[in-house]
Parts: sequence; C-alpha cells; structure tokens
Amino acid sequence: MSDAVETDRRLLTVTDLRTTFSIAAGDVQAVRGVSFALDRGRTLGIVGESGCGKTVLARSIMRLNLGSNVTTTGTAEFAGRDLLSLPMADMHEMWGMELAMVFQDPMTSLNPLVRVGRQVTEHLRQHLGVGRAEAARTAVDLLNEVRIPEPEARLKAYPHELSGGMRQRICIAIALACEPALLFADEPTTALDVTVQHQILNLLGREQRERDMAMVLVTHDLGVVAGRTDDTLVMYAGMVVEQAPTGSLFEEMRHPYSEALLRSLPRTSQVSHTRLAAITGRPPDLIDPPSGCAFSPRCPYVQPRCREEVPPLSAVDDPDHRFACWTPVGSPEGMAAFARNVAEGLPQAVAVDLTAPSSTGSGGAS
Amino acid sequence: MAGTGKAHLRPEGDVLIRVEDLVVEFPAGRGRTVKAVSGISFDIVKGETLGLVGESGCGKSTTGRALIQLPSPTSGSVRHGFVELTELSDEAMRRRRTDIQMIFQDPISSLNPRRTVGEIVAEPLRVWGPKGAAEQKALVDRILDAVGIDPDLARDKRPHEFSGGQCQRISIARSLVVDPELLICDEPVSALDVSVQAQILNLLEDLKAEYGLTLVFIAHDLAVVKNVSDRVAVMYLGKLCEVAGPDELYANAAHPYTALLLGSIPEPDPSAAVDEDLVDDGELPSPINPPSGCRFRTRCPQASELCADEEPQMREVLPGHHVACHHPLVAVAGQ
Amino acid sequence: MPLFTRLCLGWLVAIVFGAIFADLIPGLQDPNYQGFLFGTSATNEPPSLTHLLGTDNNSRDILARIVYGARVSLVVSMTAVIMGTVCGGFLGALVGFVRGKTDAMIMASVDVILAFPGLVLLLTVVTLLGRRDLLVIATVVGFLSIPPYTRVARATALAVSRREFVMAARAIGTRKRTILIREILPNCLPTLMAFALVNAAVIILLEGALAFLGLSVQPPTASWGNMINAARVDLRINVWPAVWPSLALVFTVYSLNVVGDHIRRSKAVRSAAL
Repeated sequence: MSDAVETDRRLLTVTDLRTTFSIAAGDVQAVRGVSFALDRGRTLGIVGESGCGKTVLARSIMRLNLGSNVTTTGTAEFAGRDLLSLPMADMHEMWGMELAMVFQDPMTSLNPLVRVGRQVTEHLRQHLGVGRAEAARTAVDLLNEVRIPEPEARLKAYPHELSGGMRQRICIAIALACEPALLFADEPTTALDVTVQHQILNLLGREQRERDMAMVLVTHDLGVVAGRTDDTLVMYAGMVVEQAPTGSLFEEMRHPYSEALLRSLPRTSQVSHTRLAAITGRPPDLIDPPSGCAFSPRCPYVQPRCREEVPPLSAVDDPDHRFACWTPVGSPEGMAAFARNVAEGLPQAVAVDLTAPSSTGSGGAS
Repeated sequence: MAGTGKAHLRPEGDVLIRVEDLVVEFPAGRGRTVKAVSGISFDIVKGETLGLVGESGCGKSTTGRALIQLPSPTSGSVRHGFVELTELSDEAMRRRRTDIQMIFQDPISSLNPRRTVGEIVAEPLRVWGPKGAAEQKALVDRILDAVGIDPDLARDKRPHEFSGGQCQRISIARSLVVDPELLICDEPVSALDVSVQAQILNLLEDLKAEYGLTLVFIAHDLAVVKNVSDRVAVMYLGKLCEVAGPDELYANAAHPYTALLLGSIPEPDPSAAVDEDLVDDGELPSPINPPSGCRFRTRCPQASELCADEEPQMREVLPGHHVACHHPLVAVAGQ
Repeated sequence: MPLFTRLCLGWLVAIVFGAIFADLIPGLQDPNYQGFLFGTSATNEPPSLTHLLGTDNNSRDILARIVYGARVSLVVSMTAVIMGTVCGGFLGALVGFVRGKTDAMIMASVDVILAFPGLVLLLTVVTLLGRRDLLVIATVVGFLSIPPYTRVARATALAVSRREFVMAARAIGTRKRTILIREILPNCLPTLMAFALVNAAVIILLEGALAFLGLSVQPPTASWGNMINAARVDLRINVWPAVWPSLALVFTVYSLNVVGDHIRRSKAVRSAAL
C-alpha cells in the first residue's frame, strides 16, 4: 500500500490519549497514553481484561465519558477534525451520523418503555429529517438487513419481548441507521450465548464489509479478536502493550502479557485436563500504578530494569508489529530472563514453566 | 435432540449420584408452566467430573440445584448411594446437605457482605462441625490456606475487600470446609477474567485430587468444560443431547447441536477460519411451549419429519459416546 | 462528609442532647414558669439576655419550651422508628423471605392498617382511654408506622433472598430461622436505617400537626406543635413565639433528610462496590 493511498484511507488517528477519573481515593489513570490509527473499512480489535481501560478508551474517543470528574487529554483526529476538542454540540451531530456505538448489554441500552420501531427510526428522523412513513420503510429495510424475521411485527414490540440476540440486532440496526463511517462495538457479544455471539459477529462483519465502515471491536476474548479483526491492540493497565496486524500477533506474540493471556485460555484443541498457565497476582492499582512496566509484578520474564523504566512501544523486525517490553518473548534477552527467573524460583515464572514435570496433570498445589 | 432414554447410564457399582427422569417445572403465570428440565437422566461416578454444558435457558443450573433439592424436582429420582433424596423430609435433607455442596456463578453475591471471611467460612462448621472455637479456627485456617488465601490477612475482612477471583476462592473454601463428597460448580468462572479463570480452574483440579472430590461442573463455555471434565453432557432446552468423554465429544460431535456449539466457539487462532457458512439464525424456542419430538429440530439442518413426530432416544454411537438424535453426524455402530 | 451535612448532624446532636439533659442545662429556665405572675417578666417579651428567644403570651421562656418541647418530638419519633424497625422490619424481612401464605396474610393486614385513617384511630384511642399523655400518643403513632417499615423491609428482603449467599446458606443446611436472623435481617438494616431517618422527620411533622389540632400531649407540657398553636392567638401582636418553634421544626426535619440522604448515598456506593 503506497503512502498516498494510506493517508487517503485514514479515518481515525488517536495520539497520546489519556483519561483520568478523579474519585475520593485519588486520580484513577484509566487510559495512560494510547496512540493508534484506523483506516476506512478496517477492523481494530482492542483486547484486555476488565479494568485495562479498553472501554474507557472507546468512550473517550466517542466523548461518552460523561461526568465532571473525567479529564481526557490527547487528540483523536477523525476525518480531519479533532473529536476531543470539538464543541459538544458538534459531537451530538456526529453521534449516529459519523460515529456509532453498540454496547455490551442490549437490554439496558434500549429504552424499555419505547417500542423498538421508534427507537430505530429516532436517529433517522432527528438527523436526516426523514418523514414518518419513509422512516418506517427504512426501519423495515434495516431490520431485514440485520436478519430479523417479520420486521413489521417486531417494530411494534417492546425490548423485553425480544430475546437477547434480537435486541442486539436491534441495537446494531439503530447504530447502522445513518450509515456511520466508524462503529464502536463495546463487548457486543459478552452477554450473549456462544451460538448467538457467532451470529452477531457474522452480522457485524458482513455489514462492515458492505458499507466500507471502520470498526473498533472492544472485547476481553482473544478468540473474538482472532477471527474478526485486521489489527489488534493488547491493553494492560491503561496502556497498549502490543499492537500488530492480528495475523502476525497470533503467529508471534512478543509481549509477555499477550502470551500469558493466550496461554491462560482453555482451548478446545487441547486435550482434557491440560493444566492452564495461569497468570499469578492481580492487575495493578491505577491510582498509583507501579513504576516501570505495569506488568512487571506478574511477568515471568521480569528483570530489574522492568521495575524501573517503562519500556516504549516500538517495533523490532516488522515495523507494523510493535510491543512495549525490555525482554520480549522469543528474543534472546527474553529467554535468558525467563531461565534466570525459573532458576531463582520466581513464582510467576515457575507457574508457567512447562518444562517442569509438576506443571502438567492435576496434582500439586497452585 | 433433545431426547430421553437411559442407555448412557452406567452400572450401579461406583455411581455416586444417579438421576432418572428428572423433571423441573415452574409456574409462569396465567396457568402456564416453564418446562425447565424435561426428563433427563444421568449418573456421576465417584471421583469423576461431569461437565454439564449448554446455552442459557437449557436447564443446566436448574438441574444442578435439583441435585441438592433447592428446589425439589417436580418429578423424577435423585439417588445418592442408597438414599432417594426426593423422598426425604426437609429436616432429613438438611442433615445430608454437607455431602453435596455448591459454588455459584457470582462470587461476590454468594458471600454475605456484612460478615467477615472468617465467619463465612466457619458458618458450615457452626451448623455441623466441631463446636470448639479453636478447633473451628484451625479448620478454617487450613481450608483458606488450601484455596490460596492467607488466613491471617483475610479472616477479619469483609468480602468487598477482595477481588472476584479471591471471593470465588473463599466460596470454594466455605463449601469444602465440611468435607463434601460432591461439589456442584454452577458457572464458577464465567464472571471472572481470563487470567483469574485459569487460576480457579487449576485450583479446582488440585482440590479435586487433594480432597477426593466428585464434581458437577456447569458452564456455557465449551472450552472450559472440556478442560475440567471427565464426561460431558450437552443440554438443550431441558433435554440431554449427547453424553461422551470430553476428547471424544469434541473430536466426533454426533449431535447437530453439539456441532453447532463447537462451530460457534471463537478460537484464538486467526488461521482457523471463522465458519461464516455455519447457518443458524435460529432462536431458542420458548420453554413454555417447546417443539414436539426433538426439541432442537427447529434449528437443526438435519431435521426431518421423524424428528417432529418422535422424540429421539439416547443410544450409543461409539463406545462410551451416547447421543439422542435420529440423524447423528457419525455412523452408528452396527447399522 | 460535606460541611453542610456536618452542620445538619450537629444540629440533630444538639437537639437530642438538649432534650435528654434539659434539666441539667445551667441557666435554662423552667418551661412552665410564668414570670408575669410574679412580676419577673412580661408576656410577649422580645429576645433579651434573660430570655434569649423572648417569652410567649404566658410569659414563659421560649428557649426553655423549645428545648423541653424537643422531648415530645424526640420520644414520639423514636418510638415510631423503634416500633417500625423492630416490628415492621422483622415482619417485612420474614414475609419477604418465606413468601407464600404468610406473606399474603401479613401484607393484607398491613394494607388494611395503611388504608385506615390514622387520625380516627388516634381520636378513638384518646377518647377511650380518656387521656392523651406522651405514652398514648407515642404508642399509637408507633403502631401506625409499622406498615411502611414492613413494606420497605419486605422489598429489601425479597432482593436479598435472591442473592446467592442465601442459597449458599441453605445448601450448607442452615435452618431457615438462622438464615433469617443472620443473612437476611442484617442486609435489610442499612435500607431500614436510611428510611427511618426520613420517616422520623415525617413523624415529627405529624406530631406538630396533631399538637396544632390539639390532639397531642396535654398543655402545659411543651411540644413544638402546641407552642405554635398557642402563639396563633396573638399572632398579630407577636409572631416570634410561633416563629421559633417553627424554625426548630424546619431545621430538624431538614437536617434529618440531609443526613438520611447522605447515609443512603454512601450505602448505595458501598453496595455498588460489592
């Protein structure tokens, strides 16, 4: 891809975004300097555990962190305009039209007292000034598009009369109504069953391709990211620890946290009773984050330097594959560090040392 | 499937719990009933882990609770050794409660927020155990230590001072302090983060070996169930579809529903292409008015007229692999 | 706690303290001492150093009457709160936990009491007993406040009963009685307490209204309500004997609401963090 094409296709550029919540106990640094870029028609997966800042990041870009105790700095340039410095009135114009969001819980993101039809057409009528009859026709088309059977009947239903999967389809129809250029999907399938999740993810993928829409897919599930995204950001403690095209990320995970996350996941391809490489400890306190790398207290590869200096997000071989680590997985430094930690009996290293005989089977204390 | 039958039950010898024709129904108002569980049979052999898997509304949690008679099933039999639990009086059942313990999905909701961890874990002992305070404390400390919680730090704290994973450990400690034979785990890791989930799954495996436990592991996550189970039973809309060993089941799914479930799992491997052709825009039918015959037929690509007319019975398709389907996806032995 | 909430709390503490230890406060005069009979003070005196808030139309010290009058407000509202939380709280928690027939029966009687006009009941009791001292008034008002507490406790108990720790307690074979006392009731208490503070304010106003109608304690015993009632006659000559007890009433009721809200909010934060 040439540079000219790349800049032309560029839709969103986020630079050094930081979001802080002031609460009684102190300032929670939920997002600590995140930068990334997203092209039209591409899907970016943001993956991490609860509290890593992935949802706050998406909402900060959307300017949906309502509350006087929240401060966001940095820039988020969307089609030439910095979303973070736009007046709120302009943001209201963008919501639904340019940017849309699908939330985790389809029950709470729909108004329980309003019929589905009115909720679907609300944006159309408000933003595009479409008349009642035409809006109703568009609503039927939209529901057909998100594969809801008998759309005319469903438009008259209240949200509680529909199943979780149906409600999420409705939410997607609402989000797509005004043809946004960018869709944020914040854990869109976490509350749904696995077969329904599959349906919804298929639907999102198809809509995105057909509309040349960019999508940010926020999820805790590496499996969802693997099959459905072009690029992936792995977040930990408010920072991006690894960023790469999804294919190369899964081929070669370089950050110890990404690796640990993948290894702690039970897989259907493993035989039953395979011992999982659990990550020891807990995520850090974001009011007073540790000095150095935030993952260092749990990292099997940790070295003294990691506890003092924050590693920069940088590339080594592949310019698209960037990670923030002093002792990356697979590198000579990393292997040496791991061997040293195992020899010293560091608990987080011993726990995932698959060469040790005690680490397989079900015996032994954890 | 979703059929009935008992071909998959094993000889009585080592069976700890044997459930036959279990039916659980709840009133749904206006004279209707929710048919949560409709005649399922299974058994649990001493020392094994039975995984009960299925999507929400399939009746797996209701089945787990029926095992401890909370509430008692509408009909059917739950036999623990030689004792028929469904026929026990409330008081007699109460006296047997220590044998079968349960841990729940929401680790925080399952601990009383106004009690200290020490009190919570000692509660079963207060009801059943040695009455001496020192003896109780020693037991509580030992069990907290076994689940990876430092008793000295935790004893006087309240649940909200702990993370979800730690609360689940405390919950496990409470259930193990009375030394039960059977532990029913109802979605024990689905509220937890991936990294914590692995810690708890490993812990359960360790405790199972250490305390000689038998487990019923109820979950919607097929990968998790495969990891911990010795035998897996797939449920759909109040019925059993398929029962087999985990490796066998995942390699040779015989029931179309099992195949659908497996195909829907997002694998953390981009080279494993997502199966977009896996057509299923179906909806779970209402448990108030379930389909006739095989309950899965409304979503099943294999469905025929036979499926609507006749409920499939459990049969063995491969050694130790049972399925209730008229059109199983593997060749049936002897046909 | 914000400064304003602290001020409100301070006022409440001062009122309670004053009411309890009224007899021991140095310099506080006898609330029923009518100075004009002995020529020591006149009626309707403006505030002065001897009478900080002035005197009423019987030349009694208003400050003293307000402090002693707080006793009535306090006793009536405390009785209502205690009877409400103990009887109503227990009944509500019980029926919210056991449900079924007991629930239907008790809630039906609660609804009957709620629908019964309280004033009529009070009048009947006062007439039948032929006296209206603090004990009678407090008991009747207390009885009438059981139903709202029952409703609050029942709603909370319904929610608590669905929590998994209750299922867990049953699964370890805890008796129902023990579950009610150890698991359900303690978790209903914070909600009941927040309700009680707001309810206390309502009761104080109710007592004021009853006293104004001449249905509360027998004069000359001071209560804020009957002070306002007595001052009504001379309102054109001197408004102060009506203003001071009214202010006491307003400050107290307002403070109870502010403190009640504060407790409810901090409780909401706590249960959200759970």
